[in-house]
Amino acid sequence: MRLDGDSMLVGIKDAAKLIGIFIITCCAIMVCAMFINYNMDIVSIEKEIISAQVMIFYQAQVSTAKVVSAVSGGCLLITSVIMLLFYIKHYIDSHKKELGILKALGYSNIKIAKNFWVFGISVFYGAILGFIGAFLIMPSFYKVQNKDKILPDISVNFHLSLFVYLVLIPAVLFSLLAVFYAWYKLEIPVMNLLKDNIHNFSKARKYREEKENDCLFLEDLKKNTLRDKKILVFFIIFASFCFSSMTQMSFSMKNLASVMMGVMTMLIGIILACTTLFLAITTVIHGNTKTIAMMRVFGYSQKECCTAILGGYRPMSYIGFAVGTVYQYALLRIMVDIVFRDIENMPIYKFDFPVMFLSLGAFIVIYELVMYVYSEKIKKISIKQIMLE
Amino acid sequence: MIEIEDITKSYGNEKSKSQILKGISLKIKEGDFAVILGASGSGKSTFLNVISGLEHPDSGKVIYDKTDIAVLSDKELTQFRKKNIGFIFQQYYLLPNMNVDKNVKMGADLAGNKDYKKVIRAVGLEDKLRKYPNELSGGEQQRVSVARALAKNPKFLFLDEPTGALDEQTGRQILDYICRLHKEYGFTIIMVTHNLNIAEMANTVIKMNSGKISEIYTNKKQKTAYEIGW
Repeated sequence: MRLDGDSMLVGIKDAAKLIGIFIITCCAIMVCAMFINYNMDIVSIEKEIISAQVMIFYQAQVSTAKVVSAVSGGCLLITSVIMLLFYIKHYIDSHKKELGILKALGYSNIKIAKNFWVFGISVFYGAILGFIGAFLIMPSFYKVQNKDKILPDISVNFHLSLFVYLVLIPAVLFSLLAVFYAWYKLEIPVMNLLKDNIHNFSKARKYREEKENDCLFLEDLKKNTLRDKKILVFFIIFASFCFSSMTQMSFSMKNLASVMMGVMTMLIGIILACTTLFLAITTVIHGNTKTIAMMRVFGYSQKECCTAILGGYRPMSYIGFAVGTVYQYALLRIMVDIVFRDIENMPIYKFDFPVMFLSLGAFIVIYELVMYVYSEKIKKISIKQIMLE
Repeated sequence: MIEIEDITKSYGNEKSKSQILKGISLKIKEGDFAVILGASGSGKSTFLNVISGLEHPDSGKVIYDKTDIAVLSDKELTQFRKKNIGFIFQQYYLLPNMNVDKNVKMGADLAGNKDYKKVIRAVGLEDKLRKYPNELSGGEQQRVSVARALAKNPKFLFLDEPTGALDEQTGRQILDYICRLHKEYGFTIIMVTHNLNIAEMANTVIKMNSGKISEIYTNKKQKTAYEIGW
């Protein structure tokens, strides 16, 4: 954050921290642009179709494009919105004092909030990269979609409306959302922004804690870490969900669609999962630096700190993995049994246990590797860090 | 007994190195109440960090009962602090999302102390067990910090300007609690302060100046927290 002239600005540097939204937007727009563009182009050949069998195949292709765009685009859009709101809240929380000083000096909420528009930039950059990426892949994608030459040749066309809907409008809407949400969140009294450690714990929480009074400190801390940032629990579940569903789906895609679709699905899944996991864990560590530093000072071991701060997320990640497994199976079941039911020579789809175990194994390795990296970070946290604040 | 032999410590890289501790040697007896006195920048807090095992010295020895903690690994130092050391800081550093009871439990659990509520009573906070740090005054927060440190039954209690953020009355009250608990439990106190008056409560006063000890003396008669000036 910096002061420029007479106004406070949230700098581009701050917006750069929204790499998670950038990546998610990029993936979402790439998938949506590819399928929607294909959908828009395929309509032009509808009149050329005369055979009923080809028409069934055509309709199945249109339905697939709609389902994939709606499901993946919708899920990723919701995640981007949640992530953006989380980031703005996190930004305001971690810059409370500076914002409090600006408000105390007489800056209005809207004057401060309007600078948050730059958070929408991450969406713009992500969307434009995803859009360009989609157009680079599209020629191969079109060929794969029609590899058996059932449909007449379809050429790739650029649709300006698609660019407006997928790039410009999301960027503007996200910027507006950022400004309005920041404006709403800045409705905190100046004194509360200036003071440290303002927590308004609910009566329900106090009652629950009273009941849990006999718990060991480390158990209490583990529970509190999960309760304090429920949104991070969502991100961890989402990360494992993405990994589980998309890696497993990618193997089935290889048989049901094409190798290219399989590889693409797997790459998107791994990128999304790793980015989300990385962001969530970074936020957990950042938010608990003081606690970790004090625990280290008092003599809690690195392992105890890690277990208390990060251990609670492990069961959540397995829940996400399980949900992702069920989701991908249900989605492919619907695609095969409903969308493509009239297509001849459709491969039989069955739940693939070896692939599930392979995916689970890979997930455990990646998750534990990330945890190991962060446990090394925990080791480096010292009392000096909080003393210098 | 803590034996400190020729401790040095510096920060920064080769080009801009600043030596904070310049060869300090000293002995602190068990059960002692030692005050390290010095102006801002004299190196007293760094000295406290080094002798309490929070930081490694560049050279020299810090010997606790024949164990030189200067050569211990981070893991061994953590174990050492767990078993022996209690800390009280100027800024309290309480865990904001935990109530008084749980903050004190943080120290108590390390020593397996099930009777930690006795310490909470001793600092007069038995009716604030369910309160969170932001619901307490500065003095009350520091009392929680005292209880947290003592609940782990330390052999050595290190205090870094414990009254620095408090008003006179609350500061005296905190020092009084610490003195009374010192008499009751018999741990060794090493306190850093810039307040000359507080030094009158100690039996050993170590004056520091520019990273060196300039004077060590003992008080023939220790004053109480309510007898000293402020």
